[in-house]
Amino acid sequence: MLEVKDLYVTVEGNEILKGLTLTINAGEVHAIMGPNGAGKSTLSAVIAGKDGYEVTSGSITFEGQDVLEMEVEERALAGMLLGFQYPVEIPGVKNIYLLKAALNAKRSANGQEDIPAPEFMKLIKEKIAEMKMDASFLQRSVNEGFSGGEKKRNEILQMLVLQPRLAMLDEIDSGLDIDAMKVVADGVNSLRDAERAILLVTHYQRLLDYIVPDRVHVLVDGRIVKSGDAELAKKLEAHGYDWVEEGSAA
Amino acid sequence: MSDVQTFLDRLAERNAQRGREPTWIAARRQAGAARFEALGFPTRRDEAWKYTDVRAIARGDFALAADAEFSPATAAALTLPIDAHRLTFVDGVFSASLSQLDGLPSGVALLPLSRALEENHEAVGGPLGRLTGVEFSPFSALNTAFTEEGAVVRLAPGTVVEKPIVLQFLSRAGDQPVMSHPRILIEAAGRSQATVIEHHIGEEAAANFTNLVEEVMLDRGAILTHYKLQEAPLADLHVASIHVEQGRDSTYTSFNLNLGGSLVRTDLISELNGQGATANFYGLFYGQGRQHVDSHTLANHNAPHTYSNENYKGILDDRAHGVFNGKVVVKRDSQKIEGYQSNANLLLSDRAEIDAKPELEIYADDVKCSHGSTTGQLDEEAIFALRTRGIDRQTARGLLTLAFAGEVLEEVDVDTISERVELAVAGKLPERFNLAGLVEAAVALDDE
Repeated sequence: MLEVKDLYVTVEGNEILKGLTLTINAGEVHAIMGPNGAGKSTLSAVIAGKDGYEVTSGSITFEGQDVLEMEVEERALAGMLLGFQYPVEIPGVKNIYLLKAALNAKRSANGQEDIPAPEFMKLIKEKIAEMKMDASFLQRSVNEGFSGGEKKRNEILQMLVLQPRLAMLDEIDSGLDIDAMKVVADGVNSLRDAERAILLVTHYQRLLDYIVPDRVHVLVDGRIVKSGDAELAKKLEAHGYDWVEEGSAA
Repeated sequence: MSDVQTFLDRLAERNAQRGREPTWIAARRQAGAARFEALGFPTRRDEAWKYTDVRAIARGDFALAADAEFSPATAAALTLPIDAHRLTFVDGVFSASLSQLDGLPSGVALLPLSRALEENHEAVGGPLGRLTGVEFSPFSALNTAFTEEGAVVRLAPGTVVEKPIVLQFLSRAGDQPVMSHPRILIEAAGRSQATVIEHHIGEEAAANFTNLVEEVMLDRGAILTHYKLQEAPLADLHVASIHVEQGRDSTYTSFNLNLGGSLVRTDLISELNGQGATANFYGLFYGQGRQHVDSHTLANHNAPHTYSNENYKGILDDRAHGVFNGKVVVKRDSQKIEGYQSNANLLLSDRAEIDAKPELEIYADDVKCSHGSTTGQLDEEAIFALRTRGIDRQTARGLLTLAFAGEVLEEVDVDTISERVELAVAGKLPERFNLAGLVEAAVALDDE
């Protein structure tokens, strides 16, 4: 589904990714772990199309399409959705407007009619209940005045409504207490199915107790230095990133 | 020939055509002309005109329209689709055929100034010019010199007018640009209530000059909502001063919505003379191309326990230039007043420009006042965030621009007006982003 080949990315002249290669197939959950500054967030930002990241070589394809040639919104419409580490506040744009506008943009791209209002509201009610959010969130401006945990739930709510093919979640666990983490993890797990893939970017192993990945990759200094199954994350937790770095150097 | 002389010559030509008229009008006309001649057009050395260059008006040669002929089909297309009582003027000339005066409720007088003068000039002579003489500005002096047409609205005590009253000013395209100097006189007696929609619009190719003076008098407990929807053709020149006098417990709410015109200057002044009087000033100006839009407001708290609340939003694109000058003055001994003022501006292009000056002058000590002005651009991070959800850039910009205008638009009670403003500032958003149905659905959700 997603193929990243030998990707080199610089940000303001600094080379952050240095030959990253990653293949994610439908039905899989991948976790990218690594120390601060390893380039974890850069990968998902480049895939989503954020400005300021220069791809100097390598390729990213999604279901055979050249991702780097696509506009930001085209990537979303193709099914790649990024859940932000720091979701942006958008004063004056109500949550419900964003959800409806985004859902209808997707339907339109798929040649579908706009969703009828009653059907939309039924869907939204179901999803906010899943995320244990209050209906009043819908009338509030996107993320404005939300707590850290509320913002993260809101990101997952958008995923549940938009049902991406590839959900990329950047440090979705940061700033969450254990209850909120469970709600967020349940939301993410509900997205798991054979047609979909999930890419988790995280610093800590604890999220992976709730969302058990199929593959774990350790990113150090812009390259994946080790890959394995869920057990790898546990080893990292026990031994720290130095253990991998030493191992890879050997 | 000086700039001023061109206008005085037009005045002399016009005066030569006039029949006999009451001496008070002739005297005011003369006073206006003398004042205008003495002052000349304002220049940027005048503090009140520091950011607004009126040479496009001063150097023009504008004729006076001879008639009110206008294609009924074009007029219909330009008319707000609102069930309303309506007075229509074409280049300042009253058009009976385009007006809608059937079924005026009792207690409401709605008529052109020319007719009001014919019927009972003394009843007009008292209020007309009471709130502003020829001193206010060279433009108001010029307007006074040309006094002949305009709209008179009178509400008898206790009259509540259900339908809005529309004062429509159509600008016509022609070989020779024309000028008009309309007056609007609104007298709202005690506890009367009405919505007046002043609508300026015209044929796309028009390039005329409108110089308007308005006087609005609210007696005790009167409630007036005044929309000024200025959608004049993009080459039109538009200067207006609105002078409001508020008695005890009256509420005047102004929506100053400026979308059209190449050079636009509006002065809005309310004298809060009676305790309990409230003035709400909402404004939204949108400039594109090389439009210049200047809004000056002044709330004079002349009595204790008076309230003013102002929120002006400016959106400027391309090389447009906006000016906002809002002033709140609290007179000595006007205690227990509240005066709030807020101005925010959004620059959609690097070459757009805004000059904003909020001012407070307080000569009493027991007051609550605040003011502030901010200017910014669309938040690129927010645009990116919306695009990552599949919303295209243009729509994202439109949604964010609408969100910016939202605080003012939410106060607009006439859907036709808020929709037109939305369309103008955000562009035509695809139907699927039409949010109206959603609000209803969300309300239904809350009800469950």
